[in-house]
Amino acid sequence: MKTAVIVFPGSNCDRDMAIALEQVAGRAPAMVWHRETELPDGTDFIALPGGFSYGDYLRSGAMAARSPILRSVADAAGRGVPVLGVCNGFQVLTEALLLPGALMRNAGLNFVCRTVPLKVENSQSLFTASYSAGEEINIPVAHHDGNYFADAATLDRIEGEGRVAFRYADPVNGSARDIAGVLNDAGNVLGMMPHPERAIDRAHGGTDGLRLFEAALGVLA
Amino acid sequence: MKVNVYVTLKPGVLDPQGKAIHHALEGLGFGGVADVRAGRFIELDVADGTSDADLDAMCAKLLANTVIENYRIERP
Repeated sequence: MKTAVIVFPGSNCDRDMAIALEQVAGRAPAMVWHRETELPDGTDFIALPGGFSYGDYLRSGAMAARSPILRSVADAAGRGVPVLGVCNGFQVLTEALLLPGALMRNAGLNFVCRTVPLKVENSQSLFTASYSAGEEINIPVAHHDGNYFADAATLDRIEGEGRVAFRYADPVNGSARDIAGVLNDAGNVLGMMPHPERAIDRAHGGTDGLRLFEAALGVLA
Repeated sequence: MKVNVYVTLKPGVLDPQGKAIHHALEGLGFGGVADVRAGRFIELDVADGTSDADLDAMCAKLLANTVIENYRIERP
């Protein structure tokens, strides 16, 4: 499995993501700088990491979504290559219109940094097949702009299509319908605010994130 | 040519920042403020003759996120 982590100026979870991918895939990912125009040949899993790309200028993820490499990411996503966006990566995917909705300032205006319970809503996707539907897992969040917004018609549609992957078990940031993670219509692009790469080792305080990578990278135990 | 772009949240989109500003105004003793909505003002210095279509594309493609925001372009 050839994985890639896209690195933007201001990314700060790129190395955590790389450790998670290497641990599960058995091979270090390619670290791809945002100014590149092509992904390495044969890339079959792409991760957009957390952080503060371009200092969150204009809007979180807005500048990164227009950087050269995103065209290749969008092409790959269109061909069915799995794309995982975590935190800032989720913001980038919405700004790039690869996922519906937008992530706004947290309703309480506070930066939220703690481990939160999530409910697995869809356990059929390639990212979530290692969980059971309705299962509660604990994954850390660390964000200021995680308040998921979409209009009511869009929310009804993505819920109806089973595209809500995760929901916060308790309100965290004001997200519409407590949505924490969303899939694209083809199911190969997942954006989520919580950080699964921060829950892959018992020293992290939990390993609930590990199974997401195991499912997505096809090495289910 | 200076062009002003005003980016505002669409009606119905909750604005936590506007709400916090509203509370702060009340805290300063300014009563009678019914609502506050915070937006963004962007000043562009563009070539004379830049078309409306180009300005519109700049807003739609980058300056505003049309999922949550409206924009208004003010030419001199």
